[in-house]
Amino acid sequence: METIKLVYPVEGGDLIEAGEASSKMKLTLKKLGLPQDVIRRASICMYEGEINMVIHADGGQAEVEIDPGQIRICMTDTGPGIPDVQQAMQEGFSTAGQTARELGFGAGMGLPNIKRYSDEMHIDTQLGKGTTVTVLIKIPQ
Amino acid sequence: MQLSQIRDILKARVLCGEDHLDREVFSACGSDFMSDVLAFVKNQALLLTGLVNPQVVRTADMVEMKCIVFVRGKVPSQEIVDLARERDIVVMTCAKRMYEACGLLYSKGLRGNCDGDD
Repeated sequence: METIKLVYPVEGGDLIEAGEASSKMKLTLKKLGLPQDVIRRASICMYEGEINMVIHADGGQAEVEIDPGQIRICMTDTGPGIPDVQQAMQEGFSTAGQTARELGFGAGMGLPNIKRYSDEMHIDTQLGKGTTVTVLIKIPQ
Repeated sequence: MQLSQIRDILKARVLCGEDHLDREVFSACGSDFMSDVLAFVKNQALLLTGLVNPQVVRTADMVEMKCIVFVRGKVPSQEIVDLARERDIVVMTCAKRMYEACGLLYSKGLRGNCDGDD
């Protein structure tokens, strides 16, 4: 299998509609016949990232690279950045507003869930410039 | 546990997926926090929630849940039901509150199968 590259724009502003990019990626991974566990872990990471981009950064972009051995998801936004990454990684810590909470998010589980389901996770963030969350999910051979 | 049993135990009304009530679920999760649900990954699971919005369906879809039961008599909009139908997820609504709905299913043998369960 050659490397497959996919790009999904994530629109900001509308949290009710968020999740479309993750749904599309999930369908593509299913069509490729990847293992269910891999699809589920990649989908959760992408979905949590997508929700974060909509809540905190008015959208962004997700680039997905699928190799025979791994899926790499790179989610980039031009939002406010994360002041304290260590704090943001703690379960229960959240700066999300009321709207996000009403929709069932903002429980401080987004980044911890991404870490839980990925094999590797990197956060590159700059205050006032934006954040890139990169996630690797290995595909068992 | 078959979805038809879940409908009967909860006296639930099926809003979509009437033809798929012979499907089975092996575990369940009750929550109004979608990230809690995303932290719960089991094969062939059921979601009970009092939250009504499209993200409930998207969340259930991400973790491949087979059925969503809206508790406390909540009835989702047609748009939400359609979203679930497209994703092949059965949707029900029941008048029972979350605690009672979960308790009834648990007592009939449908467990969470999470760490710490017997």
